[in-house]
Amino acid sequence: MIRLVLRDLALAVRAGGGFGLGLAFFLIVVVLVPFAVGPETARLTAIAPGILWLGALLACLLSLDRIFALDYEDGTLDLLACAPIPLEGVAVAKALAHWLTTGLPLTLAAPVLGIFLNLPAGGFGWLVVSLALGTPALSVIGAFGAALTVGLRRGGLLLSLLVLPLYVPTLIFGAEVARRGAEGLAVQGPLLLLAGVTAGALALLPFAAAAALRINLR
Amino acid sequence: MSLWEYANPARFMGLSAKVLPVVAGLSLLCLGVGLVWGFFFTPDDYRQGATVKIIYLHVPSAMMAINAWVMMLVASLIWLIRRHHVSALAARAAAPVGMVMTLIALATGAIWGQPMWGTWWAWDPRLTSFLILFLFYLGYVALWEAIEDPDTAADLTAVLCLVGSVFAVLSRYAVNFWNQGLHQGASLSLDKEENVSDVFWLPLVVCIAGFVLLFLALVLVRTRTEIRARRLHALRLRARMG
Amino acid sequence: MPSEPLLSLVDVACARGGVPVLSGVSFDIAPGEAVVLRGPNGSGKTTLLRTIAGLQPTLAGELRGATDDIAYAGHADGIKAALSVEENLRFWAEMFGTRDIAAALRAFDLEGLRGRAAQHLSAGQKRRLGLARLLVTGRAIWALDEPTVSLDTGSVGLFAAVLRDHLESGGAAVIATHIDLGFSARAVDVSGFRARAMARSGFDEAFL
Repeated sequence: MIRLVLRDLALAVRAGGGFGLGLAFFLIVVVLVPFAVGPETARLTAIAPGILWLGALLACLLSLDRIFALDYEDGTLDLLACAPIPLEGVAVAKALAHWLTTGLPLTLAAPVLGIFLNLPAGGFGWLVVSLALGTPALSVIGAFGAALTVGLRRGGLLLSLLVLPLYVPTLIFGAEVARRGAEGLAVQGPLLLLAGVTAGALALLPFAAAAALRINLR
Repeated sequence: MSLWEYANPARFMGLSAKVLPVVAGLSLLCLGVGLVWGFFFTPDDYRQGATVKIIYLHVPSAMMAINAWVMMLVASLIWLIRRHHVSALAARAAAPVGMVMTLIALATGAIWGQPMWGTWWAWDPRLTSFLILFLFYLGYVALWEAIEDPDTAADLTAVLCLVGSVFAVLSRYAVNFWNQGLHQGASLSLDKEENVSDVFWLPLVVCIAGFVLLFLALVLVRTRTEIRARRLHALRLRARMG
Repeated sequence: MPSEPLLSLVDVACARGGVPVLSGVSFDIAPGEAVVLRGPNGSGKTTLLRTIAGLQPTLAGELRGATDDIAYAGHADGIKAALSVEENLRFWAEMFGTRDIAAALRAFDLEGLRGRAAQHLSAGQKRRLGLARLLVTGRAIWALDEPTVSLDTGSVGLFAAVLRDHLESGGAAVIATHIDLGFSARAVDVSGFRARAMARSGFDEAFL
């Protein structure tokens, strides 16, 4: 499994795309927001946590269809299904690799982009914490959606549609943590709920993703 | 004879052919009586005026929007566990009906909300939950449509329905947490003391019965169509194989 | 064959895209034996191989024996263009818990190419890499779908030699191929098992 994660990382680094695309998209969203809503500092401060979360989520969405599609096309997924690791393990490894190439860089880049949106000084810590806790859920939910649509020729749009409502709880709790953090309120409630959603998704969705992969491979 | 006998498509077709006219007739009767009674023979509410009468469409459709999903969940579980084809097709048949019910609930809610709250749409927890439910229906129907092989489609949508159900409940709580909302509490509960008064309540119950029967009739019709489509598919395969 | 079969197909039926293609397929594969599947295009050789490899369930019948000791090689080689020959092979070796990729590289004459990125390989070289993967799986039964496509005569000779070694060491293989590999193999013509109007095992006839 670790080998599979390392291979995916190597592929992402060599093929470019992996890290760059998501980060560039995140940057574009954050830079365009002030042009759309106006440069008033107070307004930007108010919406900064939400915009940062939304930008990270959309950037994450962008690379989901690559989780399984490339391996499906070149036959690797068939061979992995025959390999001695269970497909559940493959799903976990793939989600982890996706998180390492998108979720983690987005989390690390978010504070820098927060400066552009006048995020209050106290908000940076909680923004990073909430993204670090929430983005793994985005990756594993995305892996499930990618597993559902892997056999489809034009699965990209459908994948976004399927994953969109599944992302709602994570977005709500994650953005709430970031907002309360920025406003100096207590974050414990939404933080625990966010962690709960992530833990539940990590525990259950690999099984659903593996089931969907088995159905799609046959 | 067990209930599972009706999982056989031929038996289901036989039974549903007999049941369908009865259900459809009853549903028309209940809807006719309930809506006419509700619209024309109940007094206006002293605060809300005549606008309150949209309740006869809003509440039943909202109930059915949720019940349809629950029915799809049960049908999906039956398909995954016992592999009864009628079950998978019934889930497929129920989805667009549930989606339309969700749309009716959202639309009537907006029409009611405009005079009451002064806005067509508010990001109130209940409204938001229904919007999310609508998205779930949309994804489910889109997935069915996107996959060619009928059994693969049935399997994948069943998995989606299961996962979606968990997330739908989760979203409901998340949305509640996120915004406390404008929407009034439930209009109906088993404890009648807390309910709207009898004059409104009785026609509403008739309307709800009508919507349940209407849903049943539509699902039966659609399931029968799906079964016929599958039969056509099977006949074509047989013809091709010689 | 006196020895216990490694794998037995008992009355197996399988479907492609929901359409039943083969039914009643029964044969045994003993250690040291190669079974060659024959039949025209579209007769279900690939479907049968995927079923044997466990990638799709049987519609009816069953596979008995060492079903988890099978290595599958299909039309696609599962090679990552961005990785080198050695990295591709080492990845699979580690996935299957083996370490030695040198023997596999040697057997398919890939030693001179080990550092080259797979995207710069020719079609035949890629195929050789795909076949070398079989050696690092350490699996006893090989299910091979047209293994010699795009191989030149010399490479076919390499492959035949590797296969002979594999069989002599107690392995077995099911191969869908049209060419003669130069040693005795039992031929099974799948067109004899073509699914007629679906047997009772299927499901779509429930709608008839």
